[in-house]
Amino acid sequence: MVEKERVQTPPKGGVFVAHARVLDAEDIKRAIQRMAHEIVERNHGLDNVVLIGLQTGGVMVAEMLTEALSKISGTSPPQGTLDVALHRDDIGMRPVIPEAVTDISVDLDGATIVIADDVLFTGRTIRAALDALCDFGRPKEIQLAVMVDRGHRELPIRPDYVGKNLPTRISEIVDVSPEGVDLGTVEK
Amino acid sequence: MNSTPSRSLLSIEGMTKSDIEEILDLTDTFDEIGRRPIPKVPALRGRTVATVFFENSTRTRLSFETAARRLSADTMSFGAGSSSLSKGESIRDTVEVIEAYGADVLVVRHPAAGIAQRIDNWTDALVVNAGDGCHEHPTQALLDAYTLRKHKGSLNGLRIAIVGDIRHSRVARSDVLAFTMLGAEVVLVAPPTLLPPSLEGWPVTISYDLDEVLPTLDVCYLLRMQNERISEGLIPSVREYTADYGLNIKRAATLPKDALICHPGPTNRGIEIEAAVASDPRSVILDQVSNGVSIRMAVLFLLLGSGRNLGATSELEGGQ
Repeated sequence: MVEKERVQTPPKGGVFVAHARVLDAEDIKRAIQRMAHEIVERNHGLDNVVLIGLQTGGVMVAEMLTEALSKISGTSPPQGTLDVALHRDDIGMRPVIPEAVTDISVDLDGATIVIADDVLFTGRTIRAALDALCDFGRPKEIQLAVMVDRGHRELPIRPDYVGKNLPTRISEIVDVSPEGVDLGTVEK
Repeated sequence: MNSTPSRSLLSIEGMTKSDIEEILDLTDTFDEIGRRPIPKVPALRGRTVATVFFENSTRTRLSFETAARRLSADTMSFGAGSSSLSKGESIRDTVEVIEAYGADVLVVRHPAAGIAQRIDNWTDALVVNAGDGCHEHPTQALLDAYTLRKHKGSLNGLRIAIVGDIRHSRVARSDVLAFTMLGAEVVLVAPPTLLPPSLEGWPVTISYDLDEVLPTLDVCYLLRMQNERISEGLIPSVREYTADYGLNIKRAATLPKDALICHPGPTNRGIEIEAAVASDPRSVILDQVSNGVSIRMAVLFLLLGSGRNLGATSELEGGQ
């Protein structure tokens, strides 16, 4: 899914070539475990906590967090998915993918939302997500969990839970999958 | 065909199967927005959609305007009755005025076939044909295909009857093209006077007997019977038409249990469809109406929202 989005994305469109593996599958599991504990600690349990995975890369992160949270607390928090394509400020530069489904069936009024995404970069995706979520209700609080924070923020947005802080060059690409986190570039 | 390729949506003719499937696939995304507590996204902020209707309409006009607003576009509305057309202003001048007010898309309906194409040649704005005479009504065919696909999974292999005044129906023309392109088998059911003078090249079969066809159908698509047709001498009387081609309870009982009943609206209850049949569980007539908004959101978005060059830079890299 992530690959499809990238391949179709103008003007870059191309094939991702990994240059270095930053985290392996075990590292990702450990990072997810730690983030799950931090979520429980910060919110004194999981009451009213809702996980929202951002299409497409964040859905996997949300699923892994949900699994870890249910092992820790015995209950799994409600989960949803959100596609922010139609809320972006660079609309038209990216495809709207039919497979990227928005599915929020839980009431968000008064909820503590944890947005999950794979990579935090400029912050524009999160800006769009904040806008979109406020059309679904009035959450008490919105927090942000990302597998990788790669820097280069263009908006005043910061994560609450981070799997890995990864300094990058702006031209590099970070790829997150269950097998690991890779740093690389997109080749034409 | 137009000499310079246009991005406008003027007809189903000229579209490919994958063009249609792309729109239908994207419509799911917009359908979901319609179910949100606040059914609005900022995708087309700052764009203007003008509905330019030289002929009356409830559904088509309202659904295009609703679709535009759900995408945060501004709307402008032109109705022939209240305009300067009555003072003798030409269609071309009217279109130029609307364009000068900043319309990015003109949604056009006109009683003469081919007007949408003409307007597209006159203007730099994009044009969506919302019905031109007896020619085509492409967004109706798209929403019909979407409705059938949603209920049946696919149109491939479906047997669909289109019943009624085929001769004067732009809906029938667009539907035949779209349905057959998506793999359905279409049978036209009507008295000979209400069939087009020539069906050469139409990928359809013909029947004059609704009762014979009904048990074999997956979809029974009824068209509106217009009263004008009687004065034109094409049918002897409305009662006779209803007796032969109206879908009443008795006939509906012979339609398979999992078949669907469609109608583009407005319905003449008691003529082409009995009131009780319109509320039969197999009737998807209201689904067609609500899917109309989602389809038109997808169409407007594809015309206006995709490929807009904002000159943005860094956030374009990768999916991040």
